[in-house]
Amino acid sequence: MAEARAGLFAYLDNAATTPVLPEAAAAMAAVLGADPQSRSDGLFANPSAVHRWGLAAAERMAEARRAVAAHVAASEAEVVFTSGGTESNHLAVLGLCRAAARRGRHVVTTVIEHRSLLSACDALAADGWEVARLPVGPDGRLRPEDVSAAVRRDTVLVALAHVNNEVGAVQPVREIAAAVRAAAPAAALHVDAVQALCKVATPYAAWGVDTAALSAHKVGGPKGAGALFVRRGVRLLPPVPGPEQEGGWRPGTENVPGIAGFGAALRADVVGREGGIAALKLRLLEGLRASLPGIAVNGPDPADPSAAAPHILNLSFADVAPLPAEVLLHAFEAEGIACSAGSACSARRPEPSHVLLGLGLRGARLRGSLRFSLGPSTLPEEVEWAITRIPAAIARVPQAVAPR
Amino acid sequence: MTGGAPAETLLLGHYAEVALKGGNRPLFERALQRSARRQLPAGSRVELRGSRLLVRLPEGVPAETGIAALQRCFGIVSVRPARRIPRPADLGALAGAAVDEARRALAAGAGSFKIAAQRADKRYPLRSPDLNREIGTAVASATGMRVDVHHPDLEIGLDVREDAFYLWGAVLPGPGGLPTGTAGRALALLSGGIDSPVAAYLAAKRGLLLSAAYFHTFPYTGDGTRRKVVDLARTLAAYTGEVRLWVGHFTDIQLAVQEGVPEPLRTVVVRRMMLRFAEALCRRERAGALVTGDSLGQVASQTLEALTAVGEVAALPLLRPLIAADKTEIVDLARRIGTYEISIRPFDDCCTLFAPRHPRTRPTRAEVREAEGRLDVDALIEAAAARSERLRVTPDGEEPYPPPGGGDA
Repeated sequence: MAEARAGLFAYLDNAATTPVLPEAAAAMAAVLGADPQSRSDGLFANPSAVHRWGLAAAERMAEARRAVAAHVAASEAEVVFTSGGTESNHLAVLGLCRAAARRGRHVVTTVIEHRSLLSACDALAADGWEVARLPVGPDGRLRPEDVSAAVRRDTVLVALAHVNNEVGAVQPVREIAAAVRAAAPAAALHVDAVQALCKVATPYAAWGVDTAALSAHKVGGPKGAGALFVRRGVRLLPPVPGPEQEGGWRPGTENVPGIAGFGAALRADVVGREGGIAALKLRLLEGLRASLPGIAVNGPDPADPSAAAPHILNLSFADVAPLPAEVLLHAFEAEGIACSAGSACSARRPEPSHVLLGLGLRGARLRGSLRFSLGPSTLPEEVEWAITRIPAAIARVPQAVAPR
Repeated sequence: MTGGAPAETLLLGHYAEVALKGGNRPLFERALQRSARRQLPAGSRVELRGSRLLVRLPEGVPAETGIAALQRCFGIVSVRPARRIPRPADLGALAGAAVDEARRALAAGAGSFKIAAQRADKRYPLRSPDLNREIGTAVASATGMRVDVHHPDLEIGLDVREDAFYLWGAVLPGPGGLPTGTAGRALALLSGGIDSPVAAYLAAKRGLLLSAAYFHTFPYTGDGTRRKVVDLARTLAAYTGEVRLWVGHFTDIQLAVQEGVPEPLRTVVVRRMMLRFAEALCRRERAGALVTGDSLGQVASQTLEALTAVGEVAALPLLRPLIAADKTEIVDLARRIGTYEISIRPFDDCCTLFAPRHPRTRPTRAEVREAEGRLDVDALIEAAAARSERLRVTPDGEEPYPPPGGGDA
């Protein structure tokens, strides 16, 4: 372990994306047709083609669809494949609202959503919709009664993430679904499940959730693939009318390699792995605290599985090293440790994280926080490496600059 | 069309200043020919013929590709897509070619035209005014366009040479300047901002080979900024062929200044260190000048006093092509040469991190020298230069320079 490292060693940025699992890569290779075997198998064929090779490709998609359906306790007909989480969020939020616009123009969401959900809500607000953005507690969690209080008779949609991408707060989706049903039966409930999939229980169909956005590359699948769960009977308008693929939801030849990789990643998701990830996360926290007692956890209690996702740990280093998060990030990078300041989708923006702001963080604590996230292929050795190298990295960076 | 061999389309690259260079003229012309060959698609033929570059593109290459290539070639003042009509050819062939040009312009909305003939071959029996009249009459009757010798929508040029006639309907601007490699080598300081690449471009335009230095302060600045500077160098290399880019290890110097220099004077001292660092790299590059993006009064460190306090450390000539340019002029040029979109990418610049709250805007030389007293300047620079990395950047990418494993660099 102490020998010279050839490159990246502790990849702790799995909430941004994960490496593709070998099972997923194999499933993708089988439908690419790039090697002689898969070329002659004909699984690269267009799944809409009527010859048997096309039918075989369609069957690979059906297998993936079954895997997705199983993860959200749904039936296959309730799964639409998309290009990923952002498209799924947009398809659901805009599609549900446009379908119900005559009933009302009121949407409820929270202040800590991912940009892809925020941007869909912003588009509605720009179109004259009223968007209520509920505050969360210091642990990043929403209370179901706050949702009950916020919905009205003309509320069309409640939209929120099951697991927050920056601090890992788990929302009580089951209770929120019940609260919405009781207070505004006509309102739909959309869940951004991108960080929840394969990390916490996600039986959305059973809970009465209407739509849920899923992404392949956060669970060991490839980038560019995802899905939207749409509960049977839920009405949403597709953005482009008339395509034949994916039940009319999405035009264009299906991304069969991406979909096959997604399905394989989900099938590889071993029951009980969640416990493993959570244990690694707690080991990381305990190990860092032993040498850096001043670090503080942002968000929910990491040891409470009902409040904290197993894979995300957001830490403030403000009392350990008064440096901007970006400088710490690069100092860790020099040790082969990948983590993130905020979410990768917004890390290149200079503004502080709206999620940490939403949790009430201010000043040095706000600007000196980093996210560590684990995934299906995280090894215990990676966590141990981070535990030994992070204090060393901090000791090596002269603290010549104070965050402003 | 009657008489003579068929016309062929080629590009004429005109150069003006190069032709004035007296005894050095062959040197400049060869350099121009070399850069044109480098810019043009493989298989292009580039000849020097009577103070112009004559370019034949390989079959299937659209004229636009060749024009764009010549427009990246410093030294070229204008580019004309021309028809070459080999002699002997009768007047009918010339008129036919002119009518073709006129019809194309007519379709694009032109209503008036003139013919501007000139004879390099004075033995040709018709004089220029005769040619203008004969061909003009043919064009007017074939197209219905009217002749306007003062403000024509279309000017058809005709050059009578011993071997052939050259005829064109459009004169497109080139970048001007002098051919790359005719003025020696300079090293430009690149920050990742908007100004410095424009300054490097303007210096290179005067015939300089380009080296560049970027000062990296990892981990206070991430590799995103380094990537940005490499991309800027690639954009500059589209004009000069290559840029030798130094990624200077600046972290230790920055920290030494942070520790040893009073806060209000840190900016000016950091800039002095950068200039010294760059000059040390110039020795390794055999570069004879430094180029900076300074613009008088733009920011606090660009007052006359600050420029003086910084500039005095350089023994080499310090070129500041933007010294009198306004920000809007700089931005316009940055957009035109393609660096603007790269410069505005949102990556951290460590300056914001280390910037003093109240920098001294009018430092005196004496106080700057005193402030620097606690730094071991030479040792800092030497140690940093030894830890710096050099890249050869071309429009297609970058590689370590000299290439790993030796080679003949």
